[in-house]
Amino acid sequence: MDSRWTYLDYNATTPVRPEVLARVAEVMTVGGNPSSVHRFGRLAHAFIDRARESVAELAGADMEQVVFTSGATEANALALRSLARHAAPGGRAWGASRVLISAIEHDSVVGSAHALDLPVETVPVTADGVIDLAALEQMLGAGGTAVLALQLANNETGVIQPVATAAELVHAAGGVLHCDAVQAAGRIPIDFPAVSADTLVLSSHKMGGPAGAGALLARELSLLSPMLIGGGQERGLRAGTENAAAISGFGLAADLAAADLSKASDISILRDDLESRLKVMAAGVRVFGTGSARLPNTSCFALGGLDNETQVIALDLAGVAVSAGAACSSGKVAASRVLRAMGVPESLARAAIRVSIGWATTRADIDRFCAAWSEFVTRQMARATGTARFAAAAH
Amino acid sequence: MATKTQEGTKTVQAKEPATARNIALPIYLDYQATTPTDPRVVEAMLPYFTTKFGNPHSRNHSFGWEAEEGVETARAQIAALVGANDKEIIFTSGATESNNLAIKGVGRFYKDRRNEIVTVVTEHKCVLDACRHLEEEGFKVTYLAVKQNGLVDLDHLRQAVTDKTALVSVMAVNNEIGVVQPLKEIAAIAHEKGAFFHTDAAQAAGKIPLDVEDMHIDLMSISAHKMYGPKGIGALYVRRKPRVRLHALIHGGGQERGMRSGTLPVPLIVGFGRAAEIAKNEMAKDNERIRRLSDRLFNGINKQLKDVVLNGDREARFPGNLNLSFSYVEGESLMMGIRDIAVSSGSACTSASLEPSYVLRALGVEEEMAHTSIRFGIGRMTTEAEIDYAIETIVKHVKKLREMSPLWEMVQEGIDLKSIQWSDH
Amino acid sequence: MAYGEKLIDHYENPRNIGAMDKHATDVGTGLVGAPACGDVMKLQIKVSAEGIIEDAKFKTFGCGSAIASSSLVTEWVKGKTLDEAESIKNTQIAQHLALPPVKIHCSVLAEDAIKAAIADYRKKSGKPGAAHVNAEPAKVAAE
Repeated sequence: MDSRWTYLDYNATTPVRPEVLARVAEVMTVGGNPSSVHRFGRLAHAFIDRARESVAELAGADMEQVVFTSGATEANALALRSLARHAAPGGRAWGASRVLISAIEHDSVVGSAHALDLPVETVPVTADGVIDLAALEQMLGAGGTAVLALQLANNETGVIQPVATAAELVHAAGGVLHCDAVQAAGRIPIDFPAVSADTLVLSSHKMGGPAGAGALLARELSLLSPMLIGGGQERGLRAGTENAAAISGFGLAADLAAADLSKASDISILRDDLESRLKVMAAGVRVFGTGSARLPNTSCFALGGLDNETQVIALDLAGVAVSAGAACSSGKVAASRVLRAMGVPESLARAAIRVSIGWATTRADIDRFCAAWSEFVTRQMARATGTARFAAAAH
Repeated sequence: MATKTQEGTKTVQAKEPATARNIALPIYLDYQATTPTDPRVVEAMLPYFTTKFGNPHSRNHSFGWEAEEGVETARAQIAALVGANDKEIIFTSGATESNNLAIKGVGRFYKDRRNEIVTVVTEHKCVLDACRHLEEEGFKVTYLAVKQNGLVDLDHLRQAVTDKTALVSVMAVNNEIGVVQPLKEIAAIAHEKGAFFHTDAAQAAGKIPLDVEDMHIDLMSISAHKMYGPKGIGALYVRRKPRVRLHALIHGGGQERGMRSGTLPVPLIVGFGRAAEIAKNEMAKDNERIRRLSDRLFNGINKQLKDVVLNGDREARFPGNLNLSFSYVEGESLMMGIRDIAVSSGSACTSASLEPSYVLRALGVEEEMAHTSIRFGIGRMTTEAEIDYAIETIVKHVKKLREMSPLWEMVQEGIDLKSIQWSDH
Repeated sequence: MAYGEKLIDHYENPRNIGAMDKHATDVGTGLVGAPACGDVMKLQIKVSAEGIIEDAKFKTFGCGSAIASSSLVTEWVKGKTLDEAESIKNTQIAQHLALPPVKIHCSVLAEDAIKAAIADYRKKSGKPGAAHVNAEPAKVAAE
């Protein structure tokens, strides 16, 4: 990575690990079409098979359960459409009558859910950013066959969701559960059977792999029905020439991420250090989701009175990249709907920024962020001293 | 065992190791299945993995801006290749997705007013499968037959298109036999009845000149990995004036004007753009070479073997595709013999099946001839030495296999194979 | 798909390619399969007065597995009595060559070819065998 810059936006995308890049370049130059029977094709296919094993292993799944896609957005769409429309636990004909999504799902899940022609209901979250299980139980009690979409960890706050417990409730009510595990994969251990999700989604570019590859894991492949058809790749579940280079890079990234899971505490030490220094710099800073289990790499915080977009731009000028929310929704700068769902007042939500770190982050990066942020806050404070605006910062 | 090369200037030993002639084995002659990534494309992609790796949708920091700039440059390069406006290019995961999006997306959007689709039996599987899917949703789909040369019969097309037709979908260059369809004429027929015209240009873009304005194309599917770009990325051209509307297949972040959500894979897109730029700049030069090599292969084989048939129209074709039937020699056994040469006996997606190609069957090629077909794909990296090695190897193996072929024996004895009552099997 | 060594060997060095005089009374000819299906096998046997197969020749239009299957059976039938040759099963051929599942039909065709050749020989020599002939030999109408 370019050392002139400090990149702290790993939840948007991660830099590709050097080993992965070498693999991607290798496959891109040696491989044929993975469906071809000649040796160029077989070689490309072998890379995909190996990646399937690696990705399955990272998630504690069988390689037969893995379907590669162009990314998590496609995988989420494929999973939700399949679960909503098609057959079923035990193979019996089945169709969902309602879709439940937690209030903090990623846009791709929200978008896919609304495209299903079924009523979509939102399950609230608590102030700590965790799905409200009591509310979920009550909603399930209203009857109908439900598909529940619940992420494993939130992209903005890093809060880890009790997916296994939610799955138990959903299954007891005769429904199915889809889990978007994009942010969790490679950052915390995942055991697909224990998570009890019917489908689960992983993304390559959030774990040091290249963009352009994702995976959908299904408890049984018979749960799935294809969205892209014609060609028969991925056992007929996802047509289109496989992106062997990206898939292979994904597999290697999964191996490396799995090996790095033991170093998760190093990451959380950096994150925790950042958060304690924030409190020293500005006593009024509020870190979101600290009452819950969180990913080790994510910190979402706000200091009342600051504007998130101004902060992000000022930090960028100082050579530090962070985010004001989910990358997909930026451009339109609105208060984060995740924070709003947690009951954070709009004014404070508009002040929130997210720092997310990863495999290449060093203590120097954290120092650099702290220096830049401290300078920004001081400047803003000086400009606003004595105004009512900053009195709010201390609340 | 010495054979003369076609120019007769040098005599090479068939057993001579290929390396002695500077050829790396195996030889790749399967450019329709996929193309090697051009090293210049890889070079363009690398910085976007390492230093410019931002998420292009992160609009608030320079990592995001850099990535976005890379994406927009690529969009312009791809638009320029086909005479489109940048805003009309939608990135997808590949031509399969583009075809699915065009057909299902347009079909579903206009279903209330127009519920008919017209396509052709020789289209790529993904077009046919998407059409079949729409049939299940209540559409009427017409699958037009083709003439013996693989081209669409325009009179039949005119009869098939009605004022209920939402979309006419005809591929530009066929993947199995390389014939080029008369796109401009097809577009005019579709537009007479107010239907949109979609073309699957996966095999055409970057290979033959395409201009969406001149040809009046409304939607066009493009693939990067068929034009020396990376796999996993493609585009759908969607006309803005008059506007073509469609239902998205993949929803979410609202990227690509809401038509295709998902984080854009920046390095792939940058590579795709560079591939398009190279293709545009070098198309004339590439095609001149490819035509020369293609003629050399065809003539070289025909000089030494009789009963070799070229499938598909002789003139209206992309010369980088030579689909040949070697009468009385079964294609798979020939492929096994010429293992040093990577070729295909059908489209890659279906080549694991034992069915003779549905495209060749649609041309009226007899089943037994369809079983004897091999597709040779010639491209940017193919060399003359490779072609010569291929000719030599093919001729040798066809001769050997004909010596073992009972059909060849019968024909030499003057027996008409059609007069034989073959056993069911 | 990757092929086994024995299969490749029979494909690259096929044994007993050739033809014998199909009008000779000591030669039996079996022609099975169809060009439209992508496989045609012609198998010929030369039978001694004692009823032993002295020689065998084949020609095959078909994939590598079909060629290897026919090459293998010409080796196997030599020196066998008609009844012994008739008892060769397609499963033995498939197993010996390690044919992939999609190629099992090639071994079936090879078994049919032996049976057809034996039946032809018996018909011509007027020595009908005891064994029931399942295979339906192709009729060469032009003759």
